Amino acid sequence: MEILFYIAAAVSFLATVRVITHVHPVHALLYLVVALIALALIFYLLGAQFAAALEIIIYGGAIMVLFIFVVMLLGPLAVEQERTWMTPHAWVGPSILALVLLGEVGYLIAAGDHTGSVIAETRQKGISIALYGPYIIGVELASMLLLPGLIGAYHLGRRLSREGRGC
Amino acid sequence: MLSTPALVLAIMLFALGLIGLLSRRNILYMLLSLEIMLNAAALAFIAGGARWGQVDGEIMFLFILTLAAAEVSVALGIVLQLSHRFRTLDADAFCELRG
Repeated sequence: MEILFYIAAAVSFLATVRVITHVHPVHALLYLVVALIALALIFYLLGAQFAAALEIIIYGGAIMVLFIFVVMLLGPLAVEQERTWMTPHAWVGPSILALVLLGEVGYLIAAGDHTGSVIAETRQKGISIALYGPYIIGVELASMLLLPGLIGAYHLGRRLSREGRGC
Repeated sequence: MLSTPALVLAIMLFALGLIGLLSRRNILYMLLSLEIMLNAAALAFIAGGARWGQVDGEIMFLFILTLAAAEVSVALGIVLQLSHRFRTLDADAFCELRG
């Protein structure tokens, strides 16, 4: 378990260093996805299975896809630029780091250490009870945050399209 | 226990995000650095929750996730607007609002 944690931590650290030092936005985003998946594995090893699943689904899935859409919208969508972004060697670094993580997950499955699942069940129950018990005001505040976020994103995106049509 | 190394990793990731935020002038990279820092904070919460065996860390992680989703949607809308108006992503170019 310890060595798995340290390998995942090293992958996360290296990927994050590449994120802040890269010049191509798409490559940096690929590295950031790898860093988030490594963080999800660390969450799993720390016993937070629910948080690990959410990290992959919402962070690695939804938020990163949003970033990639915006990067694609920003530049002129020329074929040449796509070709320079998607060169094969751009995939080498993230692929190696992701393969390391895949090996770790394969080892976890092969080792068959399922003692954590029983603990996880009671933990999920505890999270749900706490979320709708003492933390109910936080849930309400989160909903009050998400609605202005939705309206703000709609407003900012809508005016852009109208101006784009004008000129 | 893995909590102490996890906290050290959280500090390192937060420092990396801060370095990226301070050194890069591209507004998209500044947003990415903010995401890294939010993730480091979430890792610190999860490590604390794992250390004490409480569920509060994971609940704080849920709130951080909500915050990040709302922040990213609005910030990316602003990035699109800025790139549409100024034709650049340089954060130093957006200096019309003088303090």
